[in-house]
Amino acid sequence: MEALKESEADLVVYLHPSNAKCSNDAILSSLSSLLFTYSETFEGVVLAYDPNICSKLAKILPGIHPYFGVKLKARLLLFNPTPNMLLEGEVVKITPQSIHAVVLGFSSAFIADEDIWDDFKHKIKRGKEVYVSRSHKKHKIEVGTILRFAVKSFDEEILHISGSLVADHTGSSQWLDKNLNEWSQADSTTKKRKSGEGEAEKPEDGRLMMKRETSSPKNDKQAKKSKKRRKEHS
Amino acid sequence: MGVPDMDEPSFTDSELDNHVKNALRAAIQGDNGFYNQLVAVIHHKERLVAEEVALLVTCLKAVTGAVSCINIVHHGTLLAAIFGMSLWNYGTDVMDALVELIVSLASSNGEYVDLCLEMLVVNFMPPSAPPAASYFVELLKQPRGLAKKTQVLDRVHSTLKDIANVVPLSPLRLEKIVRDRMPNIYTKEAFIVMYVENMLRLEGGAMGELVGSTILVSLVDRLIELDVEIAWDEILQDDFHKGMFDMELEDFEGHADHIEPDSNELTREALIQRFFCGNLVAEKLDSLMVLTFEHIKSCSESGRLVQVFEILLQSFQKTILTAYKAKFTQFVMFYACSLDPENCGKMFANVLVNIFVSGLNPEWRMSAVAYLASYLARAKFVPISFVAAMLDSVVNWCFLYCKNVDGDINPKSHKVFYAGCQATMYVLCFRMRQMIAVPRLKSQLLLMRIEDILGHPLKPLQVCLPSIVEEFLRLVKVNRVFSLPQSFPDYGLLESEHSRAFGGMERFDMFFPFDPCLLRKCDRYIRPNYVYWSMVRSTYDEDDGEGTSDEDVAEAYGGENGMSIPDDGSGRSYDEDNSDADEFDYSLDKMSITPRDSRFESRIHRFVQMPSKIRPSTSPESL
Repeated sequence: MEALKESEADLVVYLHPSNAKCSNDAILSSLSSLLFTYSETFEGVVLAYDPNICSKLAKILPGIHPYFGVKLKARLLLFNPTPNMLLEGEVVKITPQSIHAVVLGFSSAFIADEDIWDDFKHKIKRGKEVYVSRSHKKHKIEVGTILRFAVKSFDEEILHISGSLVADHTGSSQWLDKNLNEWSQADSTTKKRKSGEGEAEKPEDGRLMMKRETSSPKNDKQAKKSKKRRKEHS
Repeated sequence: MGVPDMDEPSFTDSELDNHVKNALRAAIQGDNGFYNQLVAVIHHKERLVAEEVALLVTCLKAVTGAVSCINIVHHGTLLAAIFGMSLWNYGTDVMDALVELIVSLASSNGEYVDLCLEMLVVNFMPPSAPPAASYFVELLKQPRGLAKKTQVLDRVHSTLKDIANVVPLSPLRLEKIVRDRMPNIYTKEAFIVMYVENMLRLEGGAMGELVGSTILVSLVDRLIELDVEIAWDEILQDDFHKGMFDMELEDFEGHADHIEPDSNELTREALIQRFFCGNLVAEKLDSLMVLTFEHIKSCSESGRLVQVFEILLQSFQKTILTAYKAKFTQFVMFYACSLDPENCGKMFANVLVNIFVSGLNPEWRMSAVAYLASYLARAKFVPISFVAAMLDSVVNWCFLYCKNVDGDINPKSHKVFYAGCQATMYVLCFRMRQMIAVPRLKSQLLLMRIEDILGHPLKPLQVCLPSIVEEFLRLVKVNRVFSLPQSFPDYGLLESEHSRAFGGMERFDMFFPFDPCLLRKCDRYIRPNYVYWSMVRSTYDEDDGEGTSDEDVAEAYGGENGMSIPDDGSGRSYDEDNSDADEFDYSLDKMSITPRDSRFESRIHRFVQMPSKIRPSTSPESL
């Protein structure tokens, strides 16, 4: 996913003297207080951490409470959606005016009807609400679909994403992957060769692929194919 | 501008939505016509007739459709009107439309999540502004009031779940809001009880795993706050000493059925009335504790008791153990243990022993051992073998402690040691007979270094609470268990200078946390699992040869108002001076933590007839 990145951070955790006996636990609980909050320093929401305490020595701060600072290196998993990124999330609610999805299980995404591609029409089928594409009847968005959408804005406090389905290649991920794949198979050999290249490379970093996708439309199909392969692997 | 006539049936839903969207956009530009009308409709809540209800519902639905156009800054009045609505004021149609709007708002924009959650939490209780408050309090006593309550609260809780589905992080915000919005202890009982009901419903519901621990901790905090507010002075009244003095609280259960002719004919109800007449704080605490008990019971039935208990136990260590003068809140732990003696009961005792043996703060260690002693003595469901094991740990610690200590009495320096000794003696006062009845445990008891610690130069027998020491020594003599010094200088006293010294300012020497619960409604839950002293004492009673029957407890003290000195050597007489009694009682009022109990204890312990009167030999172990 585009918005995820891993980074190494040099951190200093300041612990209260009462934690001197159980510093490991204190460090972990201090780090866990960072979780699911947006941090300016790291430029993202911390989703996971993997600490690696470098040394057993810590510097004691002067002052009324002699906190001591433990240095450590940590690998952090950060989530930072920026406008125009493509993200995927599971749809949890559909109304005539909006689609609500949940990204990575914790971040709620809201797509208002102005931001839904006009091609999609809201229908009620068998008691369930669903958005169906007028041009491709099989392209459906309903509760439980994995939705791919573009980010419009991100509320850092409540981790709320405002998204849009206007851009290309947004909609039901499953359908997009399948159908663009089919198109690529029906294409000429040149394109097939290009998609062959893409497979050979098989980059792991999603960000890289998306960049390629947005910058050169020609490579779209091969990017989609690689992404599909990656999905199969993951 | 053409304001659409809302009564016309020709508008479709999406057209209405568009109208509202246009109105909202126009309001940003400064054109407030339709927008103000909209706000006015939402504000209108007095006695709505059918058309007005329909209008309100339509408006709410239209706003729901236009949620993406609402701007928190420009549409402040609209939002204020929406969030100011109370579900309690309306019928189910409006309620449904309103909650749908709330869910839409919460899911559309992160800025509204907190506001929506707060609005829902405020709806845990009916509006509490003065004119409405009394109306609702009365209404809730009637069946239609209860129906309304179900309607509102069901919707509130399902809405909270819906929001959590769409905004997965909302439970995190919710727990903070629930905690912060909890009514303070001065709120009317009906409201605070309803709020706590809702809190417990959340804990037991789908979000329980996420918000449960904060809720339980906040609840215990509130209980302790109420507990501490109850002043003992209000409970103790002067005339309490005189007539009813000899009656134990427990007797009154019997009295409800048959009145003792020569007693003061005070039923338990009257006694409780005396304790708590007009004491609103006590009544609130009573109701809240009953709610807590019921919740714990339902957790037990659904198999979650151990997880809930662990949270309660942490809260206990943080707030109840460390509170000064906690009177009744600890019974929450007692009740939970009674439902699951194997796991929770043992966990509780083990934690207390650990704090005593290896804690750092001496006051907390003394408090912990006092809790442990009171618990082991009073909990019917604790198996005697476990009591023996716990005693073993305590005695062992005391032994190791005094092995390395020279010197004489020093109540202040060795207060933890004295607390341990007193705890041991207290538990044995209640449990000795049970223990020596089992040969294995009797030998375990004899192997414990009790003689060593009690006979040590630190002289715990002189420092610990005299009434307990007396009773213990009497039992030891009667049962011929240990060889301990028999003479005892502070004969007949409840407390002594030494015991006050070791007890310190908090009077840990007279701290018996699980003494009979004085809250009427709670007592019903506790009673079946509770050991009253008279139940135990009657096993020591050689005379009537009756076994341990609870029913004739009533007779134990009922007739004995005076200081009769029996010649039958029964252990029920009181051998002390009347004046002594008064003097102690008054001084007790000023100082002790559980004065009620100390008088209670003192009555029990004073029937020891020590050296001054030679008792005719009584057959010791014929029971």
